[in-house]
Amino acid sequence: MEYAIELKGISKSFGPVAANKNINLSLAKGEILALLGENGSGKTTLMNMLSGIYMPDSGSIFIDGKKVEINSPEDSGKLGIGMVHQHFKLVERFTALENIRIGMRGEGRFFHGAEVRKKIEETAAKFGFDIDLDKKVSNMAVSEKQTLEILKVLCYGARIIILDEPTAVLTVQEIEKLFNVLRKMKEEGHSIIIITHKLNEVMAISDRVAVLRHGDYIGTVVTKETDEKTLTELMVGRKITLNIDRPIIEKTHPLLEIRDLTIKNDEGATAIDHINFYIRGGEILGVAGIAGSGQKELCEAIAGLRKIEEGQMIHEGESIVGMSPKKILEHGVSMSFIPEDRLGMGLAPSLSITDNMILKNYNESKGLFVDRKSAREEAQKVIDKLEIITPSTETPVRRLSGGNVQKVLLGREIKSGPNVLITAYPVRGLDINSSYTIYNILNEEKKKGVGILFVGEDLDVMLSLCDKIMVICHGRLQGVVNSDHTTKEEIGLMMTGTLNIVNKEGKTDGIAKDSAFTDEEGKA
Amino acid sequence: MLDVLTLFLFNIIVYNIPLLYGTTGEIMIEKSGSLNLGVEGTMAIGAVAGYLVGARCDNLFIACVVSFIASGLVGLLFSFLTVTLQANQNVTGLTITTFGVAFYYFVGNALSNSPEGWPKLSGTRLDAQSQAIHIPGLSDIPFIGKAFFSHGILVYAGILIAVLMWLYFKKTVPGLKLRAIGENPAAADSLGVNVALYKYAHIIVGSGIMGLGGLYMGLNMGGTFEGSNCWINGYGWISIALVIFANWSPAKAILGTFLFGFFNTLRVQNAALAYAFPNALGWLTKIPSHFFSALPFIITLIVLITSSLTAKGKSGEPQAIGRNYYREDR
Repeated sequence: MEYAIELKGISKSFGPVAANKNINLSLAKGEILALLGENGSGKTTLMNMLSGIYMPDSGSIFIDGKKVEINSPEDSGKLGIGMVHQHFKLVERFTALENIRIGMRGEGRFFHGAEVRKKIEETAAKFGFDIDLDKKVSNMAVSEKQTLEILKVLCYGARIIILDEPTAVLTVQEIEKLFNVLRKMKEEGHSIIIITHKLNEVMAISDRVAVLRHGDYIGTVVTKETDEKTLTELMVGRKITLNIDRPIIEKTHPLLEIRDLTIKNDEGATAIDHINFYIRGGEILGVAGIAGSGQKELCEAIAGLRKIEEGQMIHEGESIVGMSPKKILEHGVSMSFIPEDRLGMGLAPSLSITDNMILKNYNESKGLFVDRKSAREEAQKVIDKLEIITPSTETPVRRLSGGNVQKVLLGREIKSGPNVLITAYPVRGLDINSSYTIYNILNEEKKKGVGILFVGEDLDVMLSLCDKIMVICHGRLQGVVNSDHTTKEEIGLMMTGTLNIVNKEGKTDGIAKDSAFTDEEGKA
Repeated sequence: MLDVLTLFLFNIIVYNIPLLYGTTGEIMIEKSGSLNLGVEGTMAIGAVAGYLVGARCDNLFIACVVSFIASGLVGLLFSFLTVTLQANQNVTGLTITTFGVAFYYFVGNALSNSPEGWPKLSGTRLDAQSQAIHIPGLSDIPFIGKAFFSHGILVYAGILIAVLMWLYFKKTVPGLKLRAIGENPAAADSLGVNVALYKYAHIIVGSGIMGLGGLYMGLNMGGTFEGSNCWINGYGWISIALVIFANWSPAKAILGTFLFGFFNTLRVQNAALAYAFPNALGWLTKIPSHFFSALPFIITLIVLITSSLTAKGKSGEPQAIGRNYYREDR
C-alpha cells in the first residue's frame, strides 16, 4: 500500500508537558482518515507539525515514501499539505480573492486580476463550492469562512488536506454539505485527515480511524470493522460507563428567575432573545447550544458584566438588573467562565493562588492593607479540598496545569458561599479524572442546596450530570427538558433549531409555578 | 500680492516635506504590524550621518545613500530587538528616539568643539545640489511655477516615494502579503509568508525613508549645528500622528502633510498675508501670535480625536499593530 503520509516515532513537548509521545501514523492515498482523541490528547499538535507550525522534537515524516523535513508552513505547502485550522487563519479585512492570493505561488508579483480569478473559479466549480470572491471575510458567516479555507488549500494544489474539528461550528445541514465536498475531494484522489471527537461523524465519513490518548498513539482501526463503543474505549482507555453521579436532592424554591431576557452581543446583534428560565436550589440546570449561541452573553449578563436590553432577572425575590458585579456577588450569585484559551477570564495568570483569592474578596479586608495571612490560609483550604497539585500557595497560576487552574477558579467561586453558581465550560480541555473532580465539586454544592447553571459542550456529560437541560439556538429558547426523559438526538435537533418544544403540551416552559414574580411583573 | 500667495504655497511644500518622509516611512513599518515610536531619533541619525558624510564628499547622492543606510541600521536594531528578541515595541521605539536625538547632540558638540569645526554648507557643491532645480517650461509658469515646480530634488523624491508606496500596497503581491502580516500574522504565516523577513525588510526600508527626511531637514532647514535645538524639532512625533490622519494610506499622507503644512506656514506667514490682503485677511493680526505657534499642535490633537472617533471597521489601522508575533505562541 502506498502512503501519502507516514509518521514514525514523532514526539513533541512543550516545556515539561509531553504533547505527543512516539506517534506512528499513516495515511493512504485517497482515503479519509479520522483522527480521534479527547481534548488535549495531542491531535492538533500532531497536525501542526505537518503544517509546519511546530517542529517535532524527534521522529521522522515521510511524504509519498520520501523522508522530509517540514520547517515552516511554506515547506508544508510545497509538499502539497494544506491545513484548515480550527480557528480560521483568514485576514478579516481582505476579500476572499485577496486571502487566496496571499499564498498563491508562481503568479508573479502583480495581481493579474482576471487570470488568477479564473483559476480560482475553476477550482471552486470543480468541487462544487458556491462562493463570492469579492466578499470581505468580516461579512462572512462561519460556514462561508470554512468554505474559503478549504478552497484556499485546494487552489494551492494541496493533495493532502487536514481539517481540524471542521464540524464544531457547523449546523447539521452544513456538515452534510461539507461531507459531500470531502467525498468529492476523495474521488479526485486527495487524501484527507479529519480531526474530530464526534463519533457519529467518524462513522459517517472516514475509511479508517486513528486514536490518540494523552499524547500516545493507541492504534488505527478500519471504520467498517468497528463501532462507536469500541472507539470510545480506545479513546478513553478503559471500559467506561459514563456514570456521573446525580444525587437527587429535595428542590427548594426558585432562587434565580429570568424573565423575557434580551441581550446584545459586542457587535450589537441580538445574542439572547426573550428567554425565560429559573433555577431552584439543589438542582443543576444545563445549558446546551452550538458554540456562540449566546452562552457567554447570558453568563455575563447574570454576573452584571453586560447590559441587558430587556427583561427581568430576580434573585431571592429581588431584582439584580442594573446592580454592579460586586453587589450581585454579595447577593450570592457567583460566576466562573472558562474561555477557550482557559486563562482569559477570572484569573490573573502571573499572580499566585493567594493573590487570585484576594482579587475576589479584597473588599472584605479592613483598612488599607491586604490581609495576606488569612488569604493564604483560605488558599491552602481550597488547595486541600479540591486536591489542587501545586508546589505552594504562592505559585503563579499560569505555571499550573490546565485542570488545576480550573480548580482554582471554581474553588474561589465556591469559597464565597454563593447560592447560585454560574459555571461555563468548567471541564473544557480537562482529562477524564480532572473532569470527574469538577463534577464532584458541583454535586457537593448541589447537595448544599446551591442552584447551579451549567453551560456545557458535551451532551453525554450534561445528560448524566444535569437535572434539567435548557436548549438554546441563536439566542432563542428551544425548550427545557428533563434529563431522564430525553435523548441526545432530541437535544441535538433542538440545538440546531429543527425542534422547538417551548409551550408545547399545554405547559409554560421557563416559568416556575411558585414564582417570586407577582402576576403583573410576570406579564411584563 | 500674488507673490505672497505663491510664497505661501511654496513654503507649505518646502518646510513640510520632511513630514511626508517621516509619515510614509512610519506607514511602511506600521503596515507590517510594528509600531515604531522612534521616528524622531531615526530621522536625527539619518540627518547627522548624511549631512556629515555628504559634506565631506561634497555630494548629495552620497549624502542620501549614507543617510538611508544609517537610518536603515537603526531600523535593523529595532527589528532585531522587537522581531527576533520580542522586546516591547513601545519601549524600544522610545529608546531609539532618546538615543537618536542624543547621538545628534553628541556628534554635534564634539565636532563644534574640535579644531576643524562643524562643516559649513553654504557655497559648497552639496548646497547647490540640494537647491531648487529649474525645470524648463514648468518652472516658468507664472504663479504655479514658483509654488510647485521650483523645488529641490528631495521634494519630488518624497512625493514619488509616497505614490510608489501606495501602488506597492495596492497592486503588488508583496504589498498584499505585507498588509496580511499587519492584519493577521498567523494567517500570513500559515500561507508560507516569511513573517520575520517581511518585517525586517520593511522596517529597515521604512526607517531609511525617515532618514532621508532627516537629511532634508539638515540641508534645507538646519545647516549649522545649534547646541540648543535639534534639527528634527518634533517633526518625527507629528509624523506619527499624521499616520493616523492619513488612515495608513501613503496617498492620503501627501494630503495630510500639506494640510498640516498649511497651518504650520500660517504660523510663520500670517502677518505677511494680513499685510497683502488687508481687507480680506486683516483680522489675522488680531489673533495673538502664540495661537498660531500652537496651531499645528492643536490641529494634531483634533486630528487624533476625530480619527479615533471613526468606526473601528473603517479605520485602516492594521489589526495586529504593536503585538509581537511568535509562531508557537499558544
